[in-house]
Amino acid sequence: MTAPAAAPYYRRFSLGQRYLHAVLLSTFLGLALTGLTLRFSAAHWAATFAHIVGGFAAIRFFHLFCAVLLTAAFLAHVGNLVYRIAAKRELDLLWGPNSMVPRWKDFVDFYRNLKYFLWLGPKPKFDRYAYWEKVDYWAVFWGMGIIGFSGYAMWFAPFFARVFPGSWLNVALLIHGEEAILAVAFIFSIHFFNGHLRPDSFPMDVTIFTGTQSEEEFKHRHPEEYGRLAHSGELEKLRREPPPLWLRNFARIFGTAAILTGFVLLALTVIAFWNE
Amino acid sequence: MRQLVLLSLACLVRLCAAELDCVSCHDEKAGPFQASVHATLKCTGCHSDITAFPHPENSGKVNCGTCHADNAADVAASVHAKAGVPQACIGCHGEPHGILTSKDAASSTYATNLPRTCGTCHSKSFPDQRGKQIYAQYLDSIHGMAVTKQGLLVAANCSSCHGTHKILASRDPQSRTNHANIPSTCGACHQGPLTAYRSGIHGQKVAAGNTRAPVCSDCHTAHQIARVETAEWQMKTTATCGRCHVQQLRTYHDTFHAQVSALGYVDTAHCWDCHGFHDILPASNPKSTVARANLITTCGKCHSGANRGFVTYEPHADRHNAQAYPLLHFASVFMNLLLSGVLGLFVLHTILWLIRSTAEHRAARAERINP
Repeated sequence: MTAPAAAPYYRRFSLGQRYLHAVLLSTFLGLALTGLTLRFSAAHWAATFAHIVGGFAAIRFFHLFCAVLLTAAFLAHVGNLVYRIAAKRELDLLWGPNSMVPRWKDFVDFYRNLKYFLWLGPKPKFDRYAYWEKVDYWAVFWGMGIIGFSGYAMWFAPFFARVFPGSWLNVALLIHGEEAILAVAFIFSIHFFNGHLRPDSFPMDVTIFTGTQSEEEFKHRHPEEYGRLAHSGELEKLRREPPPLWLRNFARIFGTAAILTGFVLLALTVIAFWNE
Repeated sequence: MRQLVLLSLACLVRLCAAELDCVSCHDEKAGPFQASVHATLKCTGCHSDITAFPHPENSGKVNCGTCHADNAADVAASVHAKAGVPQACIGCHGEPHGILTSKDAASSTYATNLPRTCGTCHSKSFPDQRGKQIYAQYLDSIHGMAVTKQGLLVAANCSSCHGTHKILASRDPQSRTNHANIPSTCGACHQGPLTAYRSGIHGQKVAAGNTRAPVCSDCHTAHQIARVETAEWQMKTTATCGRCHVQQLRTYHDTFHAQVSALGYVDTAHCWDCHGFHDILPASNPKSTVARANLITTCGKCHSGANRGFVTYEPHADRHNAQAYPLLHFASVFMNLLLSGVLGLFVLHTILWLIRSTAEHRAARAERINP
């Protein structure tokens, strides 16, 4: 092992994963902004906002535009997974430390983490994906299914009603809106905290934007994975140059803008929900 | 015979002399009087108690009813007489010596002048019982604009709806503005809507004596009637229907139709887009726009692909009603539990985490400073 340079960095996310997250967050913000305007259309800011962006027709266009982009990204992700599992036999995507599929260690980690929160035990050693990261991932997956299906049902309502009862369209609007409120509340508070705002990461963890993390971050956040890779010698293969300054700055600006936008939307949602 | 002619001549000369005598003192009255509708009458025709000169300083009260007996009787029965309005005739017809026929454009009772005449009393200084500024409201209404701005003689002025001499309080069953009589009052001009209204459920109920079923003014108002083509008016209609149909308005607010409407856009379903307006019928009536058999046509006005399945959508579904909408109710309860469960668990998780890691950071910093 050669002597490491001043600050060794290691790859955590592929370019595809970084783009997926960027498309996900951009379209989610667009969907939330336009969707919340409709969901809380009785709130006084809603009509003002709708008027500013060009009326209901514009709101509808942006909502559907973002929905199609997000669907495309989602299908590309699922297609990529199927291809890698079925054709390239990357079975570690289905189980093991590199998989998003929950395993026993996640439940143990959750229990131990709660004990750690209460000063009843040591901090658990997380592997590549901590249990809350898996929750974030599957929450989006579930939300995509529920919100996406109900959304397309309403978009193509007459077609949908050829197959299913029309009264399901009532259910579609209800769960589309409620699940969206859950997604907004979850992403803009819990995901923001878990991923970015907690003292360990404050103000922001730019790994998802730059794709790399420093050795110190790696050891601290994913000690189990770091130890395993260091032991097997695979760690060196993940070694990268530190992210250039422009990329780090871009990530900070882009990420801060997203977080602030999310906070504004969260505040508007909470106020409107309270007033209902 | 000769005596008779002489006597008649003498009387004529005496009368002429009397008229000349009035004007010789009251010459300021001569001008308007000559132009008035009463110009052919003598002064003593109205001032009948003046028979000789010199006459008393104050002559007796003029009784218009001597000639206008019917009108006087009507006024005596009217709300104006009951309210003790002084000088009932000249209050509306103006300066007594210059009274003009209501066909005369200079008359205070001419169609385009009447609102101002009535407004002299029925304005800010004398709002109606409910405190509304009815004169100002009328002037801004479609009728008031047509009459006062456009000079449209056929548009409704005060008397078109309230009558003239026999104006009665609306609670009087005889009144033209009594609840039961309003349809025929408005229908005197708006025959088409009246016919449609009478065929609809509202008109049927009013005809059957229901005093709570709406008449024209319940939806259109009395003095603030606006153009129905304007988006501003159309946006208000759901709330208008909802004054009676409270439950239906509440469930409408749960729909996408209402969400779009609340943003200020009129191109979405409001009550009347589906139910019609003057000839509204209950869904149980096969002629109703919302009868099962007509839904594809009604929904199809906006939803071009509407089909049999599509029209089983419930535009007034109530998620709180488990009996009528079990699936929707279940979905609502499930989503509430999901939201509160997931958010509750993770908010707690986040708070505990924040406390613990803040403490750890403080400890680590303390160790760095003072190892």
